[in-house]
Amino acid sequence: MSSIILAIVIGAAFGAVLDRIGATNPNWIGKMLTLTNLHLMKTILLAIGTGSVLMFAGQMLGLVDVGHMSVKAAYLGVFIGGLLLGTGWAMAGYCPGTGVCAAASGRKDAWFFIAGGLLGAAAYMVTYPAWKASGMLDNIAGGKVTLGTVPGSKFDGIWAAQGDILGILLGAAFIVIAFLLPERLAGRGEAIAPAE
Amino acid sequence: MTLNWRAGGLLLGFVFFLAVLLVKPIGVSTQFVILNGLIGDTVNAELVTKTEEGYTSTNAYLAKSGGKYAKSVANPLNYSFVFVLAMMAGAFLSALARGGAPRDERKLPAIWYANYGDTPMKRYAVAFLGGFIVLYGARLAGGCTSGHMMSGMMQTSLSGYIFAAGAFAAAIPVAMMMYRKEG
Repeated sequence: MSSIILAIVIGAAFGAVLDRIGATNPNWIGKMLTLTNLHLMKTILLAIGTGSVLMFAGQMLGLVDVGHMSVKAAYLGVFIGGLLLGTGWAMAGYCPGTGVCAAASGRKDAWFFIAGGLLGAAAYMVTYPAWKASGMLDNIAGGKVTLGTVPGSKFDGIWAAQGDILGILLGAAFIVIAFLLPERLAGRGEAIAPAE
Repeated sequence: MTLNWRAGGLLLGFVFFLAVLLVKPIGVSTQFVILNGLIGDTVNAELVTKTEEGYTSTNAYLAKSGGKYAKSVANPLNYSFVFVLAMMAGAFLSALARGGAPRDERKLPAIWYANYGDTPMKRYAVAFLGGFIVLYGARLAGGCTSGHMMSGMMQTSLSGYIFAAGAFAAAIPVAMMMYRKEG
């Protein structure tokens, strides 16, 4: 039961924050991906960095359970799937999480995105055996691995470097990049913010 | 009004931290599969069945990894599924509190209007097709922007970096080709 309460609290907080940072707004996504306004990119980079530093520092202080980490496997299909997701993300301006939140915030096109998404997920469920047989889902570079070796973690590291310290350093790097990234990389003039 | 990136980034990062502190890293796209399973199991009760050890399915994808997806379909009131429903509630309340998305935005985003005019049917078709490709890709990759890119890179997982490289390598050229006018 308590896990359901946590799901409601953390889920609602996540949805509300996605709404407030503009991630559920296809105009912000479009401006980020056309490199004409990188405000949302800065938000995302700072978020990854903040989350990383807090998590690994918390682990080092013994406040965060290392067992809560959940690392996904690396295989060729991750890259191909990433290419596909990127294509649809650019077309629609939504990814799975922001799509459901955008639909809830009243955007009509997001409901079409969800309907297409359900059909796409169903198509994968049906074609999964072919992908499995192709070898594209076979682990590469050790599969479920982190870059460094995180003490107490069940996941292996690619490098022997101490994973929690590396995590804090990389987190700091994400934060620095968030600050250094210019407001726009493509086109000229001031980066224009979407009206909404 | 959109939050400044410093405040927004800190808040978003804190939510990702809170999730891994209290439960586990955030992920979303699996729940599209679980909802499909729920719909499928309503139409055909044979889809997900109980076994001695747990659950299995006639669909190989739902049955994989010891039937963990089949189990979630059989018990939809689980953490990850409720999480996505709560995300929708949170976004709904947040949007309501800021006065909601404007009427014209609800119908068509400004970036679409700037590039393709008042063509809602075309927009809905592209959103539908985009959704299809996004979820097919996310399931092939084993995660989406939340699970792979945000949660993955935050944990320094190799797969998160591979996924992000693929996603941006496709997303930036496609967006530049499709949305030439800034709107």
